[in-house]
Amino acid sequence: MNVAALLLTTFLASAVEGVEALTIVLAAGVTREWRSTLIGVGAALIALAGLVAVLGPALTAIPLNALRVAVGGLLLAFGLQWIRKAVLRAAGFKSLHDEAAIFARETQAARQAGEARRAGLDWYAFTLAFKGVLLEGLEVVFIVISFGANAHRVLVAAAGAGAAVLVVTAAGISLHRPLARVPENTTKFVVGLMLTTFGTFWGGEGVGVRWPGSDAALFGILAVYVAASAAAVAVMDPARHPVTM
Amino acid sequence: MAFVRFLWDFVVGDDWVSAAGVVLLLAAVALAVHAGSVNAWWLLPPGVIVVLALTLRRATRPHPARTSRPRGRLAPPP
Repeated sequence: MNVAALLLTTFLASAVEGVEALTIVLAAGVTREWRSTLIGVGAALIALAGLVAVLGPALTAIPLNALRVAVGGLLLAFGLQWIRKAVLRAAGFKSLHDEAAIFARETQAARQAGEARRAGLDWYAFTLAFKGVLLEGLEVVFIVISFGANAHRVLVAAAGAGAAVLVVTAAGISLHRPLARVPENTTKFVVGLMLTTFGTFWGGEGVGVRWPGSDAALFGILAVYVAASAAAVAVMDPARHPVTM
Repeated sequence: MAFVRFLWDFVVGDDWVSAAGVVLLLAAVALAVHAGSVNAWWLLPPGVIVVLALTLRRATRPHPARTSRPRGRLAPPP
């Protein structure tokens, strides 16, 4: 598998989830206490790294075809969810993800939460940061493990995710506010298309399909999905089917 | 139960149709390949697009619970 595609997919997926996790971490740190927040972030990152370290090698022990069916199916399910949301947002059926609004909501909730100290930590700040990073990171861990295991390049996949975490963290430190200007929906669209493309390819190989042109078929599959998604956005008209979401 | 719900949300997400569609599609292709000896690669991309279309249609269809239409003759007067 193309290393560049592997790096790009894991980088973009991690960047999207990283931006969402950053909003939660900033809300906890700014309104509560930075020490407890950062300990929560560190604990979640250690848990996520542990999952990659344990599940990555374990997955490579599974027979390749069984792994490809399972991973391909899950990537297809994830990818279709990402594309579905991206299409609905691009077509105006669903409001765009607004990091500034989420930040305002989280900071208000953090201010209103009561004081509770456990193990010398502000427990609200710790758990908010821990859960935020862990939940946003789980999908990234799955993508890293599945892409890495299929391509026998878990480290490359992890490097793409790690680079995204560093970039988002650096941006968060320098700006000290949520990354509201990141074109999140476009990035989600791209990640959804990549996940669905690789899910189709690996799922197909897993059930015994031989793709014409071998790996080059990936470009054809991607082109078909790009065209279909663009057509869906163009055809869907929220004025004809008003839906409140 | 909480873990099962988390797992369901994580894998299936907002619409079970897309997850079910993926399973059915892969099963159909496996059947074509192994029982019918057909290299049915051409089934997959169109199949995925059909699943996407179905899930988008479900998401954009007006939901009966969200509308304020009268519920029929037996509905009590306001």
